[in-house]
Amino acid sequence: MDLTLSPSEEAFRDDLRAWLEGNHPGREPEGDLAGFEFRRSWQRSLHDAGWAGVAWPKEYGGRGATLVEQAIFNEEFVRAQAPSTANVLGLAMGGPTVIAHGTEEQKRRYLEPILSAEEIWCQGFSEPGAGSDLASVKTRGVRDGDDWVITGQKVWTTMAQHAKWCMLVARTDPGAPKHQGLTYFLMDMEQDAIQVRPLRQITGEAEFNELFIEEARIPHENIVGGEGNGWAVAITTLMHERATLAFGLQIAVKRALRELMDAARESRASRDLIVRDRLAQLYIESEVLRLNAYRGLSAIMRDGVPGPEGSLGKWHWAEVNQALTELAMDLRGPEAVLYDDTWTFRFLRARANSIEGGTTEILKNIVAERVLGLPRMR
Amino acid sequence: MNFDLTDDQRAIQRTARDFLADAYKPAEVRRLAYDTTRGFTDEGWAAICDLGWPALLVPEDHGGLGLGVIELAVVQEELGASLAPSPFLSTVAAAAVIADAGSDEQRERWLPALAAGEARGAVATLVDDVGWTAVPDADGADVIVVRENDAWSLVADTSAEAVEALDSTRRLWRVRAEGDLEPLPGEGERAFDVVAVALAAESVGVARRAMDMAVQYAKEREQFGRPIGAYQAISHACAQMLLEVEGARSTTLYAAWALDNEPESGPLAASMAKAYASDAGWRVPAAALQVHGGIGFTWEHDLHLWLKRGKANAYLWGDSRAHRDRVANLIGL
Repeated sequence: MDLTLSPSEEAFRDDLRAWLEGNHPGREPEGDLAGFEFRRSWQRSLHDAGWAGVAWPKEYGGRGATLVEQAIFNEEFVRAQAPSTANVLGLAMGGPTVIAHGTEEQKRRYLEPILSAEEIWCQGFSEPGAGSDLASVKTRGVRDGDDWVITGQKVWTTMAQHAKWCMLVARTDPGAPKHQGLTYFLMDMEQDAIQVRPLRQITGEAEFNELFIEEARIPHENIVGGEGNGWAVAITTLMHERATLAFGLQIAVKRALRELMDAARESRASRDLIVRDRLAQLYIESEVLRLNAYRGLSAIMRDGVPGPEGSLGKWHWAEVNQALTELAMDLRGPEAVLYDDTWTFRFLRARANSIEGGTTEILKNIVAERVLGLPRMR
Repeated sequence: MNFDLTDDQRAIQRTARDFLADAYKPAEVRRLAYDTTRGFTDEGWAAICDLGWPALLVPEDHGGLGLGVIELAVVQEELGASLAPSPFLSTVAAAAVIADAGSDEQRERWLPALAAGEARGAVATLVDDVGWTAVPDADGADVIVVRENDAWSLVADTSAEAVEALDSTRRLWRVRAEGDLEPLPGEGERAFDVVAVALAAESVGVARRAMDMAVQYAKEREQFGRPIGAYQAISHACAQMLLEVEGARSTTLYAAWALDNEPESGPLAASMAKAYASDAGWRVPAAALQVHGGIGFTWEHDLHLWLKRGKANAYLWGDSRAHRDRVANLIGL
């Protein structure tokens, strides 16, 4: 065991820290479009300096960073309060999926514009009738010459209003068993056959969209990982989603906790024994999140696959973040009936944490079946 | 940045696992717990001394191996998993306090003997009207380190009277000093943290074993025509056990590492580990009992032994509430 950074890891951190200090673009402007353009230009400057896609191989424009360096990147990014990038789904999920399953031609075509934020990506997986049971998607693709014709409905499509490409899972063989008849497409969003409607959520905002797809066309060459192999490719995307969530967001929890502790000290609520106990417990849980994440990295470096700790991260993060926002509401006392931009918003937004990117129930199933070897349900 | 144990640490882990699986099967644990006066035997203690465990943490210039808290934690996790009744931890704790807070003369007088296992130690922290109570492994101890008025002292001449305890696999005694107390000049704060982490590691082992029993049972036991582990009410409870076991292990390993390598982080890390592992150490066995249903509530089934050790560990050396309070202080609340 050695929990210190190696000299090269320290150098990586120092370079990054210095760059972030010198290039922080300030506060994001209000408004969807202005905010988006701000994040796009921020991502462009990250890319110009070689800080976009740090985990990607160098030959595709990445930095070829080790797992520990990626972890450092995430930590420093949050520590510097750097704004989010414009192409989060492309960087964290789409790119890694193309790198894992794409043809050389696809890699040359799609990866660079993801890094530069020139082409934004969105994810077309969930449907009104296919949430946790993702393999039951009904959106269908029918072959027509060199094209596929797509019809169906998708939901929870973040960034669809800005996206050029959609990672789309559709049923292409209705006769095959449900996990085998799926194909993973890259669908051009710039066509009239696709309607994007914002989906208003309980916070009042619309981070997500619904997609209504009526005979959209996708060239055959836009299939990733081969016809009928969509399930395996989709799993790659989901694993990257969970890994990124688990690592990136545990740091955001630490920052939110820091704010809450400051507020509790200021209001003197921190002198209350119950409040102290709950804050200390949250602090410990946030450390467990961080330490489990690092232990997960050691397991990947050793075995090539995440150890049991890795699968727990996303589920645990959701619990901790929800508990944090609940305590924050309690600390406001009777005033918690009033809307507060920070804590009311976060309390409401946190309800999605145990649903988005795999519900807690599905993640517990995965842990029980794949890690503990318990019999499959059904 | 790497959480993996070294090859040497893995070798210690393997040896401990093999030795304990062979020497402390549940039937033997029960025999020692219920059919002996001290709860362990001289032969059992000699075998553990042959493995060199009491010497692990003692500095080399006092006849020890001079290894770290990580090595101690590795052994402790296995002791917790096997539930081996042994005066090991009491001896280690006494040596740790003497090494940390003792004068050169006190260290020289006791550490070589404690490291070799020729002397056994105990630590008494809970004061009562005649002396101390709930002192583990006090009967026949050659030296007892006692805590009174926020200071450590030694006392060699003592009498011990058995008290009934929640956990029969670790005997507790009421201790009266028959001779004079001999003060230790130092604070012993690091020793406090080392023992907290050692107990946390033991609770990790307790929880791990209870989880393994629950998972095994959930695969075998059938109701309504299928293994109960196929029901989410059961499988999700088992997944929760894994979260708590892994979380407890992560905080414990981190604290052990910090005490060895980054002393300024030691107190906070140790209290985080003891708080978290105190909770996991009994909650996981309690959940495992629920998975077992009625059979888990019987005296005949072994599970209650782990539940009782986990629950007792939760209160020894500072309970989770006390350690969370220390965490709150250390993070500036």
